[in-house]
Amino acid sequence: MSTVFIAFQANEETRPIVEAILEDNPGAEVEQQPAMVRVSAPDSLTINRATVEEHVGRTFDLQEMHINLITLSGHVDEDDDRFTLSWNS
Amino acid sequence: MQIDLKTVNIEPKRKAFDHLVRRFGDKVASRYQEGSYDIQAMENLHYRPTWDPEQELYDPDLSRVKMADWHAFKDPRQYYYSTYVLARARQQEAAEGAFALVESRGLHMTLSDELREAAIALLVPLRHAAWGGNQNNVLIAGYGYGTPFTQPCLFHGMDCLAVAQYVSRIGLMLGGTEALSAAKQQWLESETWQPLRRLVEDTLVVRDPFEAFVAQNVAIDGLLYPLVFDAVVDGVWAQNGGAPISMLAQFITDWSAEERKWVDSVIKIAAAESAQNAEVIAEWANTWSGRAAAALLPPVAAALGSQADAFVADTVAGLNARLAKAGLKL
Repeated sequence: MSTVFIAFQANEETRPIVEAILEDNPGAEVEQQPAMVRVSAPDSLTINRATVEEHVGRTFDLQEMHINLITLSGHVDEDDDRFTLSWNS
Repeated sequence: MQIDLKTVNIEPKRKAFDHLVRRFGDKVASRYQEGSYDIQAMENLHYRPTWDPEQELYDPDLSRVKMADWHAFKDPRQYYYSTYVLARARQQEAAEGAFALVESRGLHMTLSDELREAAIALLVPLRHAAWGGNQNNVLIAGYGYGTPFTQPCLFHGMDCLAVAQYVSRIGLMLGGTEALSAAKQQWLESETWQPLRRLVEDTLVVRDPFEAFVAQNVAIDGLLYPLVFDAVVDGVWAQNGGAPISMLAQFITDWSAEERKWVDSVIKIAAAESAQNAEVIAEWANTWSGRAAAALLPPVAAALGSQADAFVADTVAGLNARLAKAGLKL
């Protein structure tokens, strides 16, 4: 089993994104680091636009997360509604 | 010599204020939560208001709707001062852009005389109805209980003033200052507008904050904006050469769609609290939406003729579907 992860700057804008990830990915784990928050999950991790919108309370463009994105690992598969990290093995 | 750089993560002793930890668990709180929850003054209010010693200064018993916890509400848009002001500033900028475009290209001159007259007759008197919306929402903010319930009402009240201003500007653009004074005469004297005026004035004397909420935000706003702005302005008129009016009204349409999400969430949470609440709210919704539908028919009929009945019926069905989804049995 391999792990994918995504790391954001820890701030007011990324908190709802992280909450949305945790809600949609039961296997996901958060690691708070100085000024950074890292979410890792076994095999794959999905960010759903609808869930993030629920948490931020407005319409959300998934591209907005790149402002606060630090790094990630895994193959990216994205469209307008979701952003998925996984290892295609 | 070798130096190892190591980061040390220092866990903060408290992640949030104690009252927020009790409410939401031990995690970092959002600014919306900090700015909304447990802010209502609850204790040490031993002096009763001199103007009505029967009630407390902040009195949840003013309403027939009872909540074990008035902080159970949540604004889905999560508006507190900063997010609200930023969102509205953006919308204001977009609306100014639309007004500038219409004016600089002379798009409002492309309207037929007939359509221009109809637009002035239907839209401009609504500034007086919007003022009623402002008064009612400010009353809810003043006499309601619990910040998550009252705070968005104050915002909504301010937005009603914005609607009145945009409608006035549309009137000024299409018909100059005479359009505004004529609209006031219409509102005060024309048979077409008297039912709506009576309805608005009747809501002004409602003292139960939650009833005012249902009468204004659910019934009147829930029918007026979808009917006049979605169905007539963006529908019928836009397809008949009235697209410039639709551009000028963009704030109003966007805003009312957004407000509906919040209103639905308030009704849903209050109705889910108890069967009694659901019953009281359904009773109010029935009474006030029946009156609002009847009051809106004459002005819409003046604009659309015989089609108006079908449009009103559709809008009422839309509102009933929303309320049913929110958990009311109408």
